[in-house]
Amino acid sequence: MSKEAELEGVKQSVVSGAYKAFVGVWMTGVILAAFLYSPEIANLKGTQIVYFHVPCAWLASLAFLGSGIYAVLYLRRQNLELDVKSASAAELGLLFCVLATVTGAVFSKANWGMAWNWDPRQTTIAALLLMYLAYFALRSALVGAEKRAAISGVYAVAACVVMPFLVFVLPRAFESLHPTVVRRGGMDPEIAVVLAASTLGFTAFGVWIFRLRVALGSIALSRMEEPL
Amino acid sequence: MANSSSTWADGCWAVLRKDIQSEFRTRYAFNAVVVFAITTLAVVSYSAQVVGAGSRLLSPLLWIIILFSAMSGLSRTFVREEDAGTANTLRLVAEPTAVYVGKLLFNTALLAVLDVLIVPLFLVLMDVSVGNLFLFVVILITGSASIAATATFVAAIVSKASVRSALFAVLSFPLLVPVLVAAVQGTEASLRGASIPEGMPFVRILTAFAGAMVAVGLLLFEHVWNEA
Repeated sequence: MSKEAELEGVKQSVVSGAYKAFVGVWMTGVILAAFLYSPEIANLKGTQIVYFHVPCAWLASLAFLGSGIYAVLYLRRQNLELDVKSASAAELGLLFCVLATVTGAVFSKANWGMAWNWDPRQTTIAALLLMYLAYFALRSALVGAEKRAAISGVYAVAACVVMPFLVFVLPRAFESLHPTVVRRGGMDPEIAVVLAASTLGFTAFGVWIFRLRVALGSIALSRMEEPL
Repeated sequence: MANSSSTWADGCWAVLRKDIQSEFRTRYAFNAVVVFAITTLAVVSYSAQVVGAGSRLLSPLLWIIILFSAMSGLSRTFVREEDAGTANTLRLVAEPTAVYVGKLLFNTALLAVLDVLIVPLFLVLMDVSVGNLFLFVVILITGSASIAATATFVAAIVSKASVRSALFAVLSFPLLVPVLVAAVQGTEASLRGASIPEGMPFVRILTAFAGAMVAVGLLLFEHVWNEA
């Protein structure tokens, strides 16, 4: 290895180490602020969960959107690296979608006595989960890297088109128990600050996992193994 | 290329006519869909007499019958081409979008025939009185169009994969959740005798969904179709 390449490698590991450390410290601050600094929201129990539930849902939506965008890019450029990115984003989105579902169910149990009651929000998030589980089922039923990338990419784009119906249209068209925390004006500034900090932290954390997953997938790809 | 748009329309029409002709000879999809629907309807009708179904139960039952009948036969149109080895010829003689539109029209027609046969039978067997017939019919048309658009798109995808029939339902259902929710609620409202403005939000969701799904199919079909 040449001197420059070695230096470049050291520089990269220093940057990624600093990034990790910063995200770690930031999230510790968010957790402390969530439990020690922020006020309870009136009439509801366990409202601290909002600082983890909302960013999870946000990160899941962002990841699903990213999966769709990488799928479009793959279909245009036919570069398998882009397919690895699309599938990695879908995987990340699925993980945080599960976390958002579980934290939501915990909150529902604490406040309304039932973990699951097919509230419009719960219906739509269940549909999102099924959609991306189906995406991975489809991937495993396709043979050949190029074919898998193209066909599952098409499904990822369709899923992305249906997602706004699930996330924005349906929950607003029907009566829901789901509290609307994020709204213009009526938000407590202390809650807003912690929520924004948490969302930022979660996003940075998501980017870090995404990059790890893509690096792993690329190695598998270069060895002609199944990347995902 | 002066008359390219007319040759494109001719292509759509030719694909549709070919499918209808081969359907008249084999009655494969028709038998699958209609016989399945009648069987389901008989089972549902027999079971529901025990409970004494009200309009809140009748509308989901109707949509379950339509959805599962659609799932049983609408994938045939693409799967048959791949199984019989005729897909390659079709790739040579017709433009991808013309094939897609032809197949979409065929599936829509098939589902329309199913609706015409099954819905009156359902109304009679279940002793349903429709409060607002116009709204009921509009919801039925827009809902069925959404199902046909989604099923055609997913059929194109699964024809390239293994374990097709299981995968067809698995991939379609999550995409159809917004349709089912809106159609069930809209039908329920129309059975109750809700006014047209009350039912409009459901019609709007269904129309938007059908439009979005047709657009997605037209834009992405080429990538599925040309993947060997």
